[in-house]
Amino acid sequence: MTNRLIERDITAAPGDATLKQLSTKHRSLWLDVWNQFRNHTGALIGVAVLAVIVIAVVLGPSIHDIDAQRLDPRIANEGPSLEHPFGTDNLGRDLLAQVLAGGRVSLAVGVVAMLISLVVGTLIGVLAGFSRMLDGPLMRLTDLFLALPLLPLLLVIILLFRDALRTALGPEAGIFLLMVFVIGITSWMQTARIVRGDVLSIKEQEFVTAARSIGTRKRRVITRHILPNVMSPIMVSATLGVANAIITESALSFLGLGFPPDFPTWGRLLFDGTNFMTLTPERVIWPGLAISLTVLSVNYIGDGLRDALDPRLRGR
Amino acid sequence: MFRYIVRRLLFAIPTLIAISFIVFAILDLAPNDPTGNLPLTIPPEVREQIRESLGLGEPFHIRYVKWAEQFFINEPLNILEETTGLKIGDSENRLRVRSWATRSPVVDLIVQRLPQTLWVVGLSYLVGILIAVPIGIISAYRQYSLFDQIGTFVSMVGFSVPTFFTGLLAIVVFSVNLDWLPSIYDTTLKVTNWSTFMQQVRQMFMPVMVLALFNAAQLSRFMRSSMLDNLNLDYVRTARAKGMGERAVLLIHVLRNSLIPVVTLIALGIPTIFSGAIITEQIFRVNGIGQLLIIAIQGADIPLVQTLTFIFAVLIVLFNLLADVAYGVLDPRVRYD
Repeated sequence: MTNRLIERDITAAPGDATLKQLSTKHRSLWLDVWNQFRNHTGALIGVAVLAVIVIAVVLGPSIHDIDAQRLDPRIANEGPSLEHPFGTDNLGRDLLAQVLAGGRVSLAVGVVAMLISLVVGTLIGVLAGFSRMLDGPLMRLTDLFLALPLLPLLLVIILLFRDALRTALGPEAGIFLLMVFVIGITSWMQTARIVRGDVLSIKEQEFVTAARSIGTRKRRVITRHILPNVMSPIMVSATLGVANAIITESALSFLGLGFPPDFPTWGRLLFDGTNFMTLTPERVIWPGLAISLTVLSVNYIGDGLRDALDPRLRGR
Repeated sequence: MFRYIVRRLLFAIPTLIAISFIVFAILDLAPNDPTGNLPLTIPPEVREQIRESLGLGEPFHIRYVKWAEQFFINEPLNILEETTGLKIGDSENRLRVRSWATRSPVVDLIVQRLPQTLWVVGLSYLVGILIAVPIGIISAYRQYSLFDQIGTFVSMVGFSVPTFFTGLLAIVVFSVNLDWLPSIYDTTLKVTNWSTFMQQVRQMFMPVMVLALFNAAQLSRFMRSSMLDNLNLDYVRTARAKGMGERAVLLIHVLRNSLIPVVTLIALGIPTIFSGAIITEQIFRVNGIGQLLIIAIQGADIPLVQTLTFIFAVLIVLFNLLADVAYGVLDPRVRYD
């Protein structure tokens, strides 16, 4: 109560020195989390590296404005130069421009696929954990999905539907939607299981019983009391989901069944570079390094978040 | 426990039937024509006959039941005959799942390819576990120490860098620049004496190590976090309060308890590394079942893809079951009945 009064006073008179002092004592959950996160050096470096990669990929093409698809056989297979910092490929395309363009697609695939799998996973996890009637069927569905051999199935699905979707939705949107959809729809199971487990234990705790006993509606119990408490595993699996989606996309492209060569991603560039590995190893190294650094920094952020969001570890 | 296993086995049957149906249905929706790669000079009537001979004239459900009969009844009978030497029924005329590309039975193709995969995958998993467990223990016990920082960093790198990049890097460094190891797996090599044995070791070294480091990275993370979960628990404090030595607390109390989820994860991870081997086999040109799958997919060899994908599914279901049973056996707190 006093806390709330003080906060109100701060907003009324922000310049007052004594109140400012008092306000530093106010601690919110997210401030605590941030304080713990700050102590995780790896996670901070991860945030920095990821920020650099994202900025480079988003703003890079407007600074390094060579068209990624411009062919120039006269400068094929060149090493790094001032004009082409990463060198050129066997058709004379600029490698830096290709890596930047590929990164946009790879990152977009990672984020969108993660969002799909997160929404599906959280929904199924909460429903299964909260409703005893749905628990059985939903968990059997999860088991069924976990038993599917994902990589072979993904390869098969992409092989079969790639051309159909490319003609239906256009070459770029078609393959993008297909990849995002199949990756998202095949990676929600872990999130669902973790969320279900947490919901099962949280819904038996006293504060949920208290909320129910004063007549809180079920939907409100879920959104107000249960979801905030499962936010930490959801956030951790979100970060790991991005990394997982990027890896899956690259693996599919690496096997030649992902994005087409005229719409490259990092995985596709790696696949195309494999045959020229002895001649121009940088064609393998740069896209591979981009994938690895992105996934590494995302994983570090996830690790830092996990430590920061776990109240048992906080403050150690 | 026994009742639980029986119940799980009974549940595995509808799961596998559902999966086989899903796999079959997805492949049947294929818009690509298996005769599409044949020369254009073949007249349409002949093309239709070829389609008939491939069994494509029948409606979907009949083809599914036929495939299921061939896979679930005829192939096991064949294996039984070959191992026991018995003759069961009309074995010459028994229909088998045949590859469209080679016209030989799919199971024979898989049996030819399986040893290479098992050697590479099995060894790499074993090496991975041997690396991972000690690293996980020390990392957790000395959390945030220098060893933990380095171990965590290395395993994060190993876990994040995909095998198709580490594999290619290893080839660039060890095969192209240093010329120590062969980059392509020689599948015709027969181990007869010491020098061919060494050759086999050298050609297996890179694929095994690339996969092993990847597995070790993942497992050591799990090992570490499982140890950390246990290290903060009350029973550890009790053990220390009783005056037990740190070694006993760590290696007897904490390690045993933290190995329970790790053993489960090891069992759960076996099928996924088979699919991880698809990529590794592709990089190093190992002629295992992963490479067979890629060839089959590229050649639209539907029966082969169906059977291989389904075998991957069987592996997953089997090892899931094993993991759950192991969990029940190892952890007395888990009671299934």
